[in-house]
Amino acid sequence: MNQNKTGDKPLLQVDNVSVRFGGIVALDGVSFDVRRGEVRGLIGPNGAGKSTLFNCLSRLYSCDEGSIHFDGQVLSDQPRHRIAAMGVGRTFQNLALFRTMTVRDNVLVGTHAHHRAGFLRDILRLPAAVRSERAALERAEESIELLGLGPFANTIVADLPFGTQKRVELARALACEPSLLLLDEPACGLNHEELNGLGDLILDIRQRLNLTVLLVEHHMGLVMGVCDRIVALNFGKKIADGTPTEVRQHPEVIRAYLGEEQKEAA
Amino acid sequence: MQNMTTTSTTSSTASSVISAGAATTSRSYLGLAGILVLLALAIALAFMVKGYVLFQATMLLSYAIALVGLNLLTGYNGQISLGHGAFFAIGAYTVGVLMDKASTPYWLAVPVGGIVCLAAGYAFGRPALKLQGLYLALATFALGVVTPQLLKYKHLEHWTGGVGGIVLTKPEAPFGLPLTADQWFYLFTLAVAAVLMWLARNLIDSGTGRAIRAIRDHEMAAESMGVDNRHYKSMTFGISAAFTGIGGGLSALAVQFVSPDSFTMFLSISLLVGVVVGGVGTLWGAAFGAAFIMFVPNMAEKVSKDAAWGVYGVVLILFIFVMPGGVMGLLAKVKSSLARRKDLPV
Ligand SMILES: Nc1ncnc2c1ncn2[C@@H]1O[C@H](COP(=O)(O)OP(=O)(O)O)[C@@H](O)[C@H]1O
Ligand SMILES: [Mg+2]
Repeated sequence: MNQNKTGDKPLLQVDNVSVRFGGIVALDGVSFDVRRGEVRGLIGPNGAGKSTLFNCLSRLYSCDEGSIHFDGQVLSDQPRHRIAAMGVGRTFQNLALFRTMTVRDNVLVGTHAHHRAGFLRDILRLPAAVRSERAALERAEESIELLGLGPFANTIVADLPFGTQKRVELARALACEPSLLLLDEPACGLNHEELNGLGDLILDIRQRLNLTVLLVEHHMGLVMGVCDRIVALNFGKKIADGTPTEVRQHPEVIRAYLGEEQKEAA
Repeated sequence: MQNMTTTSTTSSTASSVISAGAATTSRSYLGLAGILVLLALAIALAFMVKGYVLFQATMLLSYAIALVGLNLLTGYNGQISLGHGAFFAIGAYTVGVLMDKASTPYWLAVPVGGIVCLAAGYAFGRPALKLQGLYLALATFALGVVTPQLLKYKHLEHWTGGVGGIVLTKPEAPFGLPLTADQWFYLFTLAVAAVLMWLARNLIDSGTGRAIRAIRDHEMAAESMGVDNRHYKSMTFGISAAFTGIGGGLSALAVQFVSPDSFTMFLSISLLVGVVVGGVGTLWGAAFGAAFIMFVPNMAEKVSKDAAWGVYGVVLILFIFVMPGGVMGLLAKVKSSLARRKDLPV
């Protein structure tokens, strides 16, 4: 039983998680795992509970039942602001940027979990504060360059087009040096050109930064193209789990998505 | 628009860090020169004007310090306070009581007033974390209303002097310096203001300042990036109160008197007015805001004795319409339009 931490234990383990909002059961006993280094897809029709699960992983919501383990620690009883330092970074389905701040400042906030000096050092500008700021700036600049945001580094975020803002969010998430990156519908709202590059971008950053990715996405082409394994949810329940091919052919998945298409057609 | 592909990193990263650094340095040298000139002018003022005008200048600085404090909280951190007059009062009374009852020297009493307010602000800000927006406004309003009453409270009378307040003496210049008490205290206040301005600038430009601003813009995202919102919000409340308390302590010494009636609800509202007029989320705006809250009521009275507050109200509304971003907002607009003109081909 001498299994070491980086062995074949999954990086993220979601066990029997349930979340209720009043009468609505947003998640109903969901279990799955994410292995180190994989791109894991999370799909399901609107309202299936995907964002709710993400919010449990960031501790914005608490699980009513079940537990979440990350990297050998119990994630589901950590305070919210500890999650980033543990190594979980995320983007939001509907942008959650610091709108009055520049791109660089947004990304710099992403470094907060690892590079911060505290009130006293910062207010007196002690050497430790200067050092920490320099390290933060270097880290942020790497993220900015990686996502090609250099030309906008000093632009106020609110003045940028939607697609670029999404990239700022990704840069901010990467600046906190996550080992697990949660992407909530990164393709949503992107134009055609941006969409084409997205799949390669995800695979590229995974490779460069040694990331594990959990990806929520509606765009099936993208999901099937980049994911190693996929979990499908419907009405808060897990309906399928496996390789893209297995999941795509799963009768429950087909039914869930057909139902959705009929709803849309109506 | 660029598409979502990655660009090569390493070498360009390093150079862009360096060039960003260089740009900041040359700009900050220019800013530093400007500040030194301003400081020299402010020092020279001590020898050009006397008496009442010097007193007004001292008061202006005290209010400006208080406004910087409120702006840290409301402008930068997004927490509203309708009761910052309370911290102004606590700072003033700490100085008053310490000097009156414990013969503490003024230069020690003023920072102690700041520390007392830091603790009071933190103690108020911590439970107030549960309150948002209008509810926080009401809680701070209550604080502003209660404080002057508390200062009159019978069982505190021994310390506070009750309705009568406490009379203070203006400190003389130390080390046999050839300065009048007015000149000396003005220069002392100026030095305190300069140091506090430096501290505020450090704070806002640092990682801590970014976290403070991030909370204002998107509380939940800030927390997801690892910002401990509870800690940052209550510490900001404390530091804000400390600044305002030091402003209050200095004003008490300038006026040489503290009494409960100097710290009515109107003071709290005036401080908020000063923040908005100067520019929400700016530090230098405090100087303009302080000038407004000091001079506009007097001016209004000169224009019309009967309808002074009417005039004040009209001037305030005009200000807000003409300068929606406050004085600093207007200056920034002028500056950017000048810069654009310079960039145009001739
Ligand atoms: N904060 C909330 N309060 C009440 N209901 C919520 C909340 N968040 C999500 N829900 C509900 O939970 C269900 C799942 O939502 P969500 O996780 O956003 O779905 P998805 O991201 O898969 O489209 C929906 O029925 C939604 O209305
Ligand atoms: Mg969603």
